[in-house]
Amino acid sequence: MIEVKNVIKAFDGRTVLHDVSATFYTGKTNLIIGQSGSGKTVMMKSLVGLIQPDSGEILFDGRNLLKMDTGQVHELRKEIGMLFQGSALFDSETVLGNVMFPLQMFTRQSFDEMRERAMFCLDRVNLKGAEDKYPSEISGGMQKRVAIARAIALNPKYLFCDEPNSGLDPKTSIVIDELLSDITHEYNITTVINTHDMNSVLGIGENIIFLNKGHREWVGDMSQIYDTANEALNNFVFATHLFQKVREYVVKNETPIPPEK
Amino acid sequence: MLITNSLATFGRYCIFMRRVFALPERWRIFMRRTIQEVGKLGLDSIPLVIVISIFIGAVIAIQMQLNISSPLIPAYSTGLATRDIVLLEFSNSILCLILAGKVGSNIASEIGTMRVTEQIDALEIMGVNSANFLVLPKIVGFVLFMPVLVVLCMATSLIGGYLVALFTDIITVSKYVYGLQALFTEWYVWYGLIKSFVFAFIIASVASFYGYYVKGGALDVGKASTDGVVASSILILLFDVILTKLLLQ
Repeated sequence: MIEVKNVIKAFDGRTVLHDVSATFYTGKTNLIIGQSGSGKTVMMKSLVGLIQPDSGEILFDGRNLLKMDTGQVHELRKEIGMLFQGSALFDSETVLGNVMFPLQMFTRQSFDEMRERAMFCLDRVNLKGAEDKYPSEISGGMQKRVAIARAIALNPKYLFCDEPNSGLDPKTSIVIDELLSDITHEYNITTVINTHDMNSVLGIGENIIFLNKGHREWVGDMSQIYDTANEALNNFVFATHLFQKVREYVVKNETPIPPEK
Repeated sequence: MLITNSLATFGRYCIFMRRVFALPERWRIFMRRTIQEVGKLGLDSIPLVIVISIFIGAVIAIQMQLNISSPLIPAYSTGLATRDIVLLEFSNSILCLILAGKVGSNIASEIGTMRVTEQIDALEIMGVNSANFLVLPKIVGFVLFMPVLVVLCMATSLIGGYLVALFTDIITVSKYVYGLQALFTEWYVWYGLIKSFVFAFIIASVASFYGYYVKGGALDVGKASTDGVVASSILILLFDVILTKLLLQ
């Protein structure tokens, strides 16, 4: 579990996060949602230690990230997997090389053991057969899946995903969402996903934190989002005609639309 | 303002170097990456070094012969002057200025691209010291291989002059070869090699520094690459003066 308590962050006198508190639960897909400029990325980067908040606490199962020295942060990061918006795969390595990389850096396994683990992870994300290709030779959706395989190679306790569906078509987005949700439940990971994809919000949002202008305005799950009274959240989630229709349907029938299988 | 900015940049460079010169987490991976960098930065530069050296060596020999032909100056002086210019300045300082363009821009753009595509962030999130992992193999690989390039440059430049003597009638081969051997000072070779170690370090570390701290996108990578080449060229010229004063006087 990750607890964020009263985090404040300002850049050049402009406050981006205003006293934000939130809890991200183990074994659940935790979503941070909000409009562009709402502070999602700053929040995510603060969680992984790429940005130092001005005040507050970030507790990883009770361990305060903001009071750790460099060595402790490095140790904690070995428990973290991260999926970046642009996948951030190493161009000079093959798909297999990318997935094996964390194993080579942080385990004492033999090459065969590392290869076996990497192949297992690639199989888990349905990418067996692509191990010898380079990142530039595969599609954006496949790159995301390689990045997921790399992120789970070391069995992380915490998985962070920054805009995992950005640049993907709706069908591939659903595949990525389902994969993240399955992995979270299968390995009991604390998964935090930064997104403004409404399909993700309504499909896998088990714990949703809505940020608006740097304030945490709403917390709930995907079933509660349909009847929220929060105007900013309504304007954000149900901004399109399609999602307004979805909401009308759900409110009228008092049942969420089942996720597509 | 300029002084303040320069001091701030130098401070950041020192902090960066402290991170770079940490012990590698995995020696085997470090060795493998260093060998890769020797190939990428060193071996790949050999054709350029050979081509440039042959032509510049030839030009130096021709110009020396044209400018110092006098009944009062021995005919072998062309070979001697060509040799000393090559050993003292061309094979190290000028060569490194040329390599600052090739190798420096390669390093800065590679690391800068890794920065803007979040690959460096990915390394940091994994708990890897990205500065050490990415930059130390480049510095070690390039510094270790630099003497090979310098010696190759010395040899091919003198061969360039030899070809002028062989295929033209402005100087005889025997006088050119005699000049190459006359009044030879071994220390000049060592002087060139010592300078090249320093210049190789400057090229690899300064270009890495500019690439590592890129912010923005593709345009900024290009700018960082240019800045890295300009800064390392100026530092090479500055240290050329300092080292010449220290080593030759």
